[in-house]
Amino acid sequence: MAVLELAGLRKNFGATEVLRQIDLSLASGEMLVIVGASGCGKSTLLRMIAGLETPSAGRISLDGRDITSVDPSARDIAMVFQNYALYPHMTVFENMSYGLRIRGLLREDIARRVDEAAALLGLSEFLSRKPRQLSGGQRQRVAMGRAIVREPKLFLFDEPLSNLDATLRVRTRAEIRRLQRRLGVTSLFVTHDQVEAMTLGDRLLVLHQGRPAQLATPMEVFESPADTYVAGFIGAPAMNFLPAVLTDSGTAAKLEAGPLLRFAGGRRDGAEGMALTIGVRPEHIRINPEGLPLRIDLVEPLGSETLVHGRLAAPGEANIVVKLTGKAPEGEVLNIEFPPELMHVFDGGTGLRLA
Amino acid sequence: MNSRRDPVAHAVLLIGAFMFIAPMWLLFAGSTQDSASIARGDLSFLPGHEGFGAYARALSGPVPRMLLISFGMALAIAVGKIIISVLSAFAVAFFRFPGRQVAFWLIFITLMLPVEVRIIPTYSVMAGLGLINTFTGLWLPLIASATATLLFRQVFVAIPDELVEAARMDGAGPLRFLWDIVLPVSGANIAALFVILFIYGWNQYLWPLLVATNPRLDTIVIGIVKLIAVETETDWSAVMATAMLALLPPVVVVVLMQRWFVAGLTEGEK
Repeated sequence: MAVLELAGLRKNFGATEVLRQIDLSLASGEMLVIVGASGCGKSTLLRMIAGLETPSAGRISLDGRDITSVDPSARDIAMVFQNYALYPHMTVFENMSYGLRIRGLLREDIARRVDEAAALLGLSEFLSRKPRQLSGGQRQRVAMGRAIVREPKLFLFDEPLSNLDATLRVRTRAEIRRLQRRLGVTSLFVTHDQVEAMTLGDRLLVLHQGRPAQLATPMEVFESPADTYVAGFIGAPAMNFLPAVLTDSGTAAKLEAGPLLRFAGGRRDGAEGMALTIGVRPEHIRINPEGLPLRIDLVEPLGSETLVHGRLAAPGEANIVVKLTGKAPEGEVLNIEFPPELMHVFDGGTGLRLA
Repeated sequence: MNSRRDPVAHAVLLIGAFMFIAPMWLLFAGSTQDSASIARGDLSFLPGHEGFGAYARALSGPVPRMLLISFGMALAIAVGKIIISVLSAFAVAFFRFPGRQVAFWLIFITLMLPVEVRIIPTYSVMAGLGLINTFTGLWLPLIASATATLLFRQVFVAIPDELVEAARMDGAGPLRFLWDIVLPVSGANIAALFVILFIYGWNQYLWPLLVATNPRLDTIVIGIVKLIAVETETDWSAVMATAMLALLPPVVVVVLMQRWFVAGLTEGEK
């Protein structure tokens, strides 16, 4: 059963359309990650669900109840803010219990819930500290604890990891995922980080300029991105794009750079000579002594892998990044080929995927 | 940090310190000398031989009551100003309502109208309310403060939006939010402003002179002026002793509150 349902949600700030037509439904216990570049409207969407922003049109319902115009505190939703938004003058215990105290819970119930959440998050020994006496990671956990004690129907996370350093971010990411599974709370997680999106989500919603570009599982988004935006956004380093035209009655693409690539997945609809964009991920490019010559201009060794940046010494001179396992190649030219079975075909005009 | 001894900086600081301390010292020295020699103009820079007799003379008269009146008035003005300006700044900073900008500008404009400018209409209003020659009349018209409102507005606007939103999601209503979050977070600023406003209230002269003709409502500042008699011989050392006594409460307030707001400043996470 769907816990959260968004129907035709829109938001305008004056004449600017920030979000256009968001329809979404979240299953119970599901973790949906909303990902997109800054300014795509992802935070606005989250804030509308929280009740901190009023939608211009559309309907939000939680567990069958229409909450579109319900006060934020009465929505049964808890939110973890990017800067944690801990009350600086209150102790950890007071921070976590503040919402419960306002709701008029019994003192014993409050203490029990806070103790449980604190134990779950490893915060038991810090309950009497003030936020300023805690590290960034601990503050982040307090913010989580404040959400957990509410026992809400829905968790909202607004980029909660972006203020942590890299190591801590990876650890906290895993912790959040474990915790969310264990508590089984339906969650929405907003991030601009595609690794967070891939690792945390049961499903991803990629937002681009206020519209949903793709809604699917992380692997689906990775393996068959809906358009060139999603293809370029998900995956690091980003996918390489090469201009091409449709040829051989829809069964092959002729790259501007020269080679003819026959489609592995059957023919694509479209007129002969239609403009295409061919996408190939850096890790899928293969070395082939007979392949296209790539003039190397930068080699980045990452230890287990090596990134090779270069320009095709062929018509079009596209910039290409190749990810190689093992050591850096020697010499100034690398001959590469694009494996037809691992390439993505997009409409050169609209950028949409051609199945 | 430059630990090198800089003679110029030292000299400037010493001159500055001297300029601040000299009048105080002269006041203290005068309070221990005999009135006749002060009246002749023989005010010595060294303490005299009269000891603290002048203080005893001062304290035996109406001075203790005057100190109490002044303290009550300054406290009422400071607390009243803080309550009113916190509430109006809270409204201006956190709520969107029609006429908000107008209200804000009206408050802003009154910055240009000090007590002295509006003293006649204020007097007439107080007379209409029957508050002439009452203690309430001493402080009531002075508790609206545009300066404090603007300062608090700046403090409140600086409170992060996320904190406001977190409180909203926790279910805190406006007054609860004010009491539980806004006031504790701005504690240091409130303490600092309290000190300034207390001294402002303590030093009021023109308004108490006008509104209270009953000597029982004389503030210490007015009392000092009244001690300087015109027709009889003035007891100058008693005047100076009274002035010394009048200095003490503000100093105590500064010292006490300073501890508090320094603690607030270091505790606050800004």
